[in-house]
Amino acid sequence: MSARSTQAYAGAHGDPNRLGHGEGPSISELGPAPKRIIVGYGFWIFLLSDFIMFAAFFAGYAVLVGETAGGPSGRELFDLRFVAGETALLLLSSFTCGMATIGAAARSQWWFQIAMAWTALLGAGFLGMELWEFAHLIGEGAGPDRSAFLSSFFALVGLHGLHVLAGLLWLLTMMAQVLAKGFREDIQRRILCWALFWHALDIIWIALFTVVYLFGARA
Amino acid sequence: MAEHSREAAEWSPITGKLAWNSIPWEEPIPLIAAAAVGSVLFGTLIWVWRAGYVPYLWREWITSVDHKRIGIMYCIFALVMLIRGFSDAVLMRTHQDLMYNNGGYLPAEHYDQIFTAHGVIMIFFVAMPFLTGLMNFAVPLQLGVRDVAFPTLNNVSFWLTASGALLVNISLVVGEFAKTGWVVYPPLSELRFSPGVGVDYYLWALQIAGVGTLLAGVNLVTTILKMRAPGMGYTRMPMFCWTSLAANLLIVAAFPILTATMAMLLLDRYLDFHFFTNELGGNAMMFVNLVWAWGHPEVYILVLPVFGIFSEVVSTFSSKPLFGYRSMIVATMVICVLSFMVWLHHFFTMGAGADVNGVFGVTTMIIAVPTGVKVFNWLFTMFRGRIRFTTPMLYSIGFVVTFVIGGASGVLLAIPPVDFVLHNTLFLVAHFHNIVIPAVLFGLFAGYTYWFPKAFGFKLDERWGKRAFWCWIIGFYIAFMPLYVLGLMGMQRRMSAHYVKAWEPWLIVASVGSAIIALGIAAMAVQLYVSIRNRAALRDDTGDPWDGRTLEWMTTSPPPSYNFAVLPDVSHEEAYWSLKEGAREKKRLSDRPDYEPIEMPRNSPTGFITAFFTTVLGFAAVWHIWWLVILGVLGAWATFTIFAWRDHHEFEIPADEVERLDRERREAKAQLLGIPKEATA
Amino acid sequence: MPGIGRDWAARVAVGVAGLFAASCSEPGLLDPAGPVARGERTMFVNASVIMAMIIVPIIVLTFYFAWRYSAKNPRGRYTPEWSYSGRLELLVWSIPALVIIFLGGIAWIGSHELEPSRPIRSDVPTLEVQVVSLDWKWLFIYPEQGVASVNYLAIPAGTPVRFRVTSATVMNSFIIPRLGSQIYGMAGMDGKLHLLADEPGRYRGLSAHYSGEGFSEMMFLADAMPRERFAAWVRGTRRTGPVLDGPEYLKLERTAATSKAYTYRAVVPGLYQAALRHSGTPAREQSRSGRED
Repeated sequence: MSARSTQAYAGAHGDPNRLGHGEGPSISELGPAPKRIIVGYGFWIFLLSDFIMFAAFFAGYAVLVGETAGGPSGRELFDLRFVAGETALLLLSSFTCGMATIGAAARSQWWFQIAMAWTALLGAGFLGMELWEFAHLIGEGAGPDRSAFLSSFFALVGLHGLHVLAGLLWLLTMMAQVLAKGFREDIQRRILCWALFWHALDIIWIALFTVVYLFGARA
Repeated sequence: MAEHSREAAEWSPITGKLAWNSIPWEEPIPLIAAAAVGSVLFGTLIWVWRAGYVPYLWREWITSVDHKRIGIMYCIFALVMLIRGFSDAVLMRTHQDLMYNNGGYLPAEHYDQIFTAHGVIMIFFVAMPFLTGLMNFAVPLQLGVRDVAFPTLNNVSFWLTASGALLVNISLVVGEFAKTGWVVYPPLSELRFSPGVGVDYYLWALQIAGVGTLLAGVNLVTTILKMRAPGMGYTRMPMFCWTSLAANLLIVAAFPILTATMAMLLLDRYLDFHFFTNELGGNAMMFVNLVWAWGHPEVYILVLPVFGIFSEVVSTFSSKPLFGYRSMIVATMVICVLSFMVWLHHFFTMGAGADVNGVFGVTTMIIAVPTGVKVFNWLFTMFRGRIRFTTPMLYSIGFVVTFVIGGASGVLLAIPPVDFVLHNTLFLVAHFHNIVIPAVLFGLFAGYTYWFPKAFGFKLDERWGKRAFWCWIIGFYIAFMPLYVLGLMGMQRRMSAHYVKAWEPWLIVASVGSAIIALGIAAMAVQLYVSIRNRAALRDDTGDPWDGRTLEWMTTSPPPSYNFAVLPDVSHEEAYWSLKEGAREKKRLSDRPDYEPIEMPRNSPTGFITAFFTTVLGFAAVWHIWWLVILGVLGAWATFTIFAWRDHHEFEIPADEVERLDRERREAKAQLLGIPKEATA
Repeated sequence: MPGIGRDWAARVAVGVAGLFAASCSEPGLLDPAGPVARGERTMFVNASVIMAMIIVPIIVLTFYFAWRYSAKNPRGRYTPEWSYSGRLELLVWSIPALVIIFLGGIAWIGSHELEPSRPIRSDVPTLEVQVVSLDWKWLFIYPEQGVASVNYLAIPAGTPVRFRVTSATVMNSFIIPRLGSQIYGMAGMDGKLHLLADEPGRYRGLSAHYSGEGFSEMMFLADAMPRERFAAWVRGTRRTGPVLDGPEYLKLERTAATSKAYTYRAVVPGLYQAALRHSGTPAREQSRSGRED
C-alpha cells in the first residue's frame, strides 16, 4: 500500500464521518486501511460470530430452563454470593487487562508483564471457582446428565469457561512473546486482539450472570 | 430385533472403539469404490513424486498464501468432490429404478448413508468450497488490491475444509457414515437411535470444516469492507463483491449457530447431555429450529454470490453495464436480511398454528420480490445489448429460464396448506434441486469458465463447454421434472423401497436424465483435457479476453502474485471499463506510474499442518481414542504458536522487478486498445 | 426377532404392501379424496396459474431478448451506455411485489382455513383416533370405541376424524396423501390433525418423514368405509384379539418392524396420554442402554 493512501487514511481518521464536512474523498474511497485497523476490525467480526454462537446457547438455555425433569432447579442450586465473587475476579481481570494494554502502548516490559500476570491470576482464580462449582454440582447429583435444564446450564457456563481457558493460554503465550521479541508491530496487533477477546468474555459473563444466576436464583 | 447398527467393538485405551471389523468387509460397493479412488490417488501421488513435482507443489501451492492459488485449490477440490457426490446420486437413482416391490439392490442401511452423504457432500464440500474458491480468486482482483485481509488464515481455512472432507471420505472405509439425512434431526441422530460412529463422523467433519468456512467468511468480510483500491467507494464496488459481502456476512452470522447446534448434539452423544433427547426434558424441536436458523441463510450463502457471478457475466457478454446497479445492491441486502426471517417454512408441518405458519409463509414469499427484481434487471441488461453466446452466457440464460420455475415451485411450497401435503415428497426434492442446480451449480460453472483464462492464461475450449452445457441443462430437465410429478403422486423422499407401480416409469425417466448429466460431467473433463492440450491456440495475452468491465481484467493472465503493480485509481462504477474508454478516446494509456517495492506475505505450512492435526483429532474423537485427541489438540496449538514465533512475515519485491513486469503488461494493453507503441512510455 | 412369531388369534393378517400392489394406482394430490386435500389442490392450482402468469412471460422475454439482441442479429439496437430507467425500476419492483401481495393473501387465508388443528365443520360428530408412531409401524387407538389396531386405520367415510399424533420413538410424519395434510409425530408432542374421507375407499397412509432403516416399510392402510360397516368393524374387533395394556404395549414397541396389520379387542384408558407424558420412553430405565433388548 502506498504511503500516500496510508497518510490520507490516517488524516481522515480524526473525523471519519466527516462531521465537519471536510474536504476530500469519503473514508470509503481512501484505499486499503492500515494493517492495525484491518486486524482489529477482522477480529471484531470474529468476536461478533462468537457472540452469535453464545446467543444460540443462551437460546437453548432459555428454552430448556424449565425442563428440570424432576431434578433441582436453579433456585435450589445457585449460590449468588459465590458467583458474585467469581464475577468480581473476572471484572477485576478486565481492569488489569486494560493496564496491560496501557503498558504495551507505553512499551514498558515491566508494567506489561506485571499487569498480564495479575490478569492471569485473576482469570485462573475465576476458572478455579467455576470448576469447583461444577464439581460441587456433579457431586450433588446435579450434573449435566440429570436434566435438560442442567445440560443447557453446564454447556453455556462451560463454553464461557472454555473461552477463558483459551484466553489464558493465549495470555501466557503473549507474555512469552513480548519477553522474547519485545513490542514489535505484529505483536502489538496480537495484544490488541487478545485484549478485545478478554473484554468480550466479560461482556458475555455479565449477560450470563444476569440471565442464568440472577434470574435463576430469584425465579 | 430390528437393530441396524454394526456391533460396537469393545473400547480399548489404545485403539478406542476402532477394531478390525470396523471396516465393512461384507459390503462390496464402498470397498470397491474406495479401492478405485485410493489407487487413482496413490497412482497420482507416485507420478507426482517420480516427476519431481513434490517440492514445487509444496512451495507454490500447498503452503501458498496467495489468494488466487488458494481459490484455485478450493475449485479443484470442489470439482473432485462433485464427482463423489454425483456418484452417490447415480447410486440413488438406479436403486430407485429397481426398488419396486423388492427393495432395490442396496440394503436400506447403505442407501440411507448414501442419501445423507450426497446432501452433505454437495452442500458442504462442493457448493461451499467452489463458491469460496471463486470469491477468493476474484474478489481481491475486482477490488483492485493485492491479497485478502489475512492471507495465512486463508490457507488455514482451505485446509480445514479439506480436513472435514477427508473425514467424510474416511467414513466410507472405516466405520460408516450417518444414516439420518443431511441435517441429522434428533432424536434419530441421538446415541440411543444411532449408536454407530456415522453421526460422529458427520459432526466432527462439519465442526472442522465449519471453522474453516467461518474464518474464510471473516476474512472476506474484512477484505471487502476495509481493503479496496483508492476511489472504490461502496457504490463503485462490482456486483460480485457486493453479493460476496452479503454472503460472507451471512456466513459470519449463521455458521456460529450451526457450530453451536452441532456442539449440543455432540455433548448429547459424548457426555450424556439432554439437549435433544426424548427423555429428561430434551427438546428435539429446538434442534429443528436452530438448524434451520442456520440452514435457511445457508441457502442464500450459496445463491447470493452466484447471483453476483451472473450479474458480471450477463453484463460483460451483453457488452453493457448492469441494469439498475443500485437497485441490485438493495435487492441483495434485502435478501441478506430477510433470509433470517423465514426458517420456519422448513417445518410448517410441525403444527405451530395458523398465525405462525401464515407469517412465515408470507415472509418467505416476500423474498421472491427482490429475487424477481434481480431477474428483471438481468433481462434489462440483455435488452439492447450486443450479446455474445459464450459458455458462461449460455449458463446464465439457462439459469434464468430454469431458476424462475424453481422459484415458482418454492413460492408454491411457501403456502402452508400446499406444503402440508407436498412436504417431504419428491416435489420438495425437485424444488430445491431446481434452485441449487441452475442457481448455484450453473453459476459456478459460468464463473469457472469466465475466470479460467484469468487464472491460467488460456481460455477453455468453447465447443466442449457448450456440449457440457447442453448435457447439463437437458439432463437437468429430464432428471428433475419427473420428480415434481412423483411428488404430486404422493411419493415420499428417502424411500428405499416402494409398492406403487405407477411411479416406476417416472423414476426411470429421471435416471435417464442423470445419465445425460453424467455425459455433461464427462464433457467438462474432456473440455479441460482438450483446453490444456490446445493451450497455445487458446492463449490470452491481453489479460482481457472477454472485453471485461471490472478490475481483474486490467492485470495480466495469470496475474503476478501482487496482482497490481500499482493499485488502480477508481473513479467509476465500472472501474476498468472507464479506464479503457478513456485510453481509447485519448489514444494513450495513463501516465507511467512511479513504481515502489511491494511487500508480500511469505508462504507458510501452518494451514496444512493444522489440518493434519485436526484430521487426527476428528478421527480420534469419532473412535473415542482419547490420547490421540489430546495429541491432536496440542499439535494444533503448537503449530500456531510456532507460526506466531516467526520473525519475517513478509518479503519484498524490488521496484525494478515490478516495473519490468508491468512494462510488458502495458504493451499488451496498448496493442489491445489499438494505441501506438510510443504512447505507452 | 421376537414378536413376529407371536400368534394372536385376533390378528387380522393383512399384508398392507400386497394390498397396495393390488388396489392402488397412486394419484396423490392429483386426485383428492376429501375436503382437505381438495382445498389444498385448489390452492395449488390457483397459485400455479398466478405464478405461471409471471414466469411464462419472463421465459419468453428471455428467449426473445437473447435472439433479438444477439451480436449476430443486425436488427437489434445497441445502447452501450444505457443502464438506468426510473420507470422500468418502478415496474421491476412493483410487479413482483403485487404478485406476492396477492399470493401472500392466499397463503395467509389458506393457512387459517386449512390449519390442521382446526375442526372440520360437519353435521356428523367427529371421531377421535390417537396415533402413536413406533419403530416402524403405526398404532391407532380409538378411545371412544375402546379398541386399537396396528397398521390398519378404519374410518367411517363422510365423518370428520380428529387425529392426535405422537411418537414413541424418533420423529415421523403422519400422512394419507389423498386425504391431505400431514402432521409431525414427535415424542412428547400432541399433534392435531383433522381429515375427512368423502367416499369409502382404501388409501395409502405412511410416514412422510424419514425415521431410520425401516422407514420405507412404515405404511398403513387407511380404509374408509360406510358408517354402518365401521360400526360392524368395531363390534367385530371388540370380540377378538388381545387387550392393549402396559406390558402388551411394551411388547408391541419392541416388535420388529412389520407391515402386518392386526387389532386389539380393548385398550386400557389413558394409554395415549401415558405415551405422550413419557416422551417416547415408557420404559425409562432402558433408555440409557440403547434400543437393544
